[in-house]
Amino acid sequence: MSDDDIPPMEAYRYADGSITYPGHPIGPDGGEPVETVDLSEHTAEIITWTSNTAPPPGVRQPNHLAIVEFDVEGQPVRAIGQLTTDDVEIGDEVRPVYADELREPGAGIREPESQDWDGYRFEPV
Amino acid sequence: MERVAIIGASMTQFGQRDAWIRELLAEAGQAVLEDAGVSSDAIDHLYVSNMASGEFEGQTGVPNALAHDLAAMPAYTARIDQTSSSGGAGVYAAWQSVASGASEMTMLVGGEKMTHRSTAEATDVIASLTHPVEYKHGVTLPSFAGLTARLYLEKYDAPRESLGKVAVKNHRNGVDNPHAQFRKEVDLETVLDSPTVADPLRLYDFCPITDGSAALLLCPESVAREYTDDYVVVSGIGGATDTHVVHERADPTTMRGVVESSEIAYEMADRDPDDVDVAELHDMFTILEFLQSEDLGFFEKGEGWKAVEEGVTDRDGDLPINTSGGLKSKGHPLGASGVAQVYEIYEQLTDDAGPRQVDADVGLACNVGGFGNCVTTTIVERP
Repeated sequence: MSDDDIPPMEAYRYADGSITYPGHPIGPDGGEPVETVDLSEHTAEIITWTSNTAPPPGVRQPNHLAIVEFDVEGQPVRAIGQLTTDDVEIGDEVRPVYADELREPGAGIREPESQDWDGYRFEPV
Repeated sequence: MERVAIIGASMTQFGQRDAWIRELLAEAGQAVLEDAGVSSDAIDHLYVSNMASGEFEGQTGVPNALAHDLAAMPAYTARIDQTSSSGGAGVYAAWQSVASGASEMTMLVGGEKMTHRSTAEATDVIASLTHPVEYKHGVTLPSFAGLTARLYLEKYDAPRESLGKVAVKNHRNGVDNPHAQFRKEVDLETVLDSPTVADPLRLYDFCPITDGSAALLLCPESVAREYTDDYVVVSGIGGATDTHVVHERADPTTMRGVVESSEIAYEMADRDPDDVDVAELHDMFTILEFLQSEDLGFFEKGEGWKAVEEGVTDRDGDLPINTSGGLKSKGHPLGASGVAQVYEIYEQLTDDAGPRQVDADVGLACNVGGFGNCVTTTIVERP
């Protein structure tokens, strides 16, 4: 897959300037989104993290996860995702790295066709 | 508006049961009718709190099945699914049916059959409540607990041992609950040395996977007096939701659904947190007992762990929390848990809690779905 084929880490911006990941049809300001923002172009700070040793079917073991916060031109926006390593601490800076399959589709209860299975892991900068 | 009374309560043995969902629901339903001396033909409304009988067992339509098994036709029936807070949402629906005048006798039965599934499968059924951006990363409810616990310990400078003491306390309480899945004390060293599940949380920070059911009978207070003097009243109840996507919350250590639902319940009951004598909280994970005890207003934000350290929430403390053993020791059959919380408060307020009995006139139950996504807070009092 060339860089041009990699999908964005798409967040929505609303009229009041707030940004959410994922996007919602109606945002925190009560209005519809006005544009999308690609978070993969930004770095983020780890708010908290864990390493789950008892993951559900189709998920790597252990599964390192983090809640991170991006700063998009002064606007904070949070995301959750897998970490590439558990050698991290709260406050560390990470960048999104694309993975074409985060979890085996169909191994769990969720209908494989109902959602995407690719996305972004977070890697320490 | 006439006050809504609870005139009967029951719960089955929680744990690994041979019975399937229909049998579990009928067991608690039959027991609550016997407890209250009410005939099934008196039931106007029948609610079943259940998260996932279709996913776990391939059995849907459980309220209709229960109505038939108890000969409660032609009662109005409905299934209440609000994930782990299905029980609390069922209490709300049952209360509403009586408070509105639509029903003069409402039965609520909460139940779940889970243990025939592996831990990984059951965890995945529960995690199916998550948003696709969470689910594709393998995010589970235990991983939310690990994420939140790490942040809480760092933010409030709380020792890891304080979480372990929640497990120790609730296991100690569960020893005296004949219906509990685990009736065995654990020491702090055992908790802290148990296998890591979601760092920094370990096996004993988590509730088990459980089969079981619990039931309540609700009616107007005037009808209650026709049956018994031994009843309690629902003086306040509130329900609220927080974000579906957990990471979108401004402060991951605050459960806004607990704050909002309890404010509604306190106002309705004309009570404040200091009036509560005993509480059942949703300790699916040890960290949740800290968050709820703070967000209900019992303790300042970031101070809940100190209350556990100081024994304030012990059975003989100023505010006993989870005298039943909580979800941690009693078990967590999803749809049953919120109903079983109110069962424990009913037992306490009717002086029927045996060795678990505490001195209480006002009790509170807080039932949480998802990771604080949906919450019902119920205040129950002696009449």
